[in-house]
Amino acid sequence: MMFKMMMCKEATRLMSKRLDAPLSFQEKLSLKLHLAMCDACTECNKQFALLHEVGPRFEMLVSEIPDEGGSSRQE
Amino acid sequence: MSISESEEKNDRMQRLTAVRPRLVSFARLQLRDPAQAEDAVQEALAAAIEKDDTFSGRSGYETWVFGILKYKILDALRAQRRNGRWQPLENELDEEAIDRLFQQNGRWQEDARPSSWGDPEAAFLNERFWQVFDTCMIALPDNIARVFSLRELMGLSTEDICKETGIKENNCWVILHRARLRLRACIERGWLSEEK
Repeated sequence: MMFKMMMCKEATRLMSKRLDAPLSFQEKLSLKLHLAMCDACTECNKQFALLHEVGPRFEMLVSEIPDEGGSSRQE
Repeated sequence: MSISESEEKNDRMQRLTAVRPRLVSFARLQLRDPAQAEDAVQEALAAAIEKDDTFSGRSGYETWVFGILKYKILDALRAQRRNGRWQPLENELDEEAIDRLFQQNGRWQEDARPSSWGDPEAAFLNERFWQVFDTCMIALPDNIARVFSLRELMGLSTEDICKETGIKENNCWVILHRARLRLRACIERGWLSEEK
């Protein structure tokens, strides 16, 4: 028998966990297989990755402050 | 102090004034208390002025100040925890909010299926994206938001988050999963509705 296909809910758990800890070989493989077949989860995976970037991006905004009083983000 | 040194120092004071609003919005996201956020930024700016001599080189000044702020935020968080201002995390460990997103068989609910957000680079450069992010962070329950921002804004490892919050790493992953799912749903509602 083939192994049981992983469902979206479990896939989102793995795509979240991979941002915080290494996945096992089995986990990586199941996630990859699921993403190859599921457009919604592929988008979700991109969005989690984007959320994982907000810290560094915020820091970039802070260091690229404009000269005139830093008001560009306020308006 | 030479004239050029004092000019440089003056310039740094101006840069502190310029960067202040962004530091405050960062501190608010993490501390979820406007007064405490103001205090943390005030302390960070005071420390930056006091330790001005230890900053070497003009480039990366804001980043240096940002680093000081992160320490002040951690101090403030520890004080919140000591003063019993945190709700028990167990309340956040129920599956209900997540289960609503998925069908019984584990597939996405039709109305919860993620859509494309377009180019991530464009999102980061768009003012509205940050406003939506801010709103969605505020909408998250405190406990979940705290763990998420420790991880994704402050850049702590889940191991360090366990130390700061007293939760087990496994629970940390559960909470982060939840936070990401809720945030992405909220951001998608706000972001895509305004784009179209």
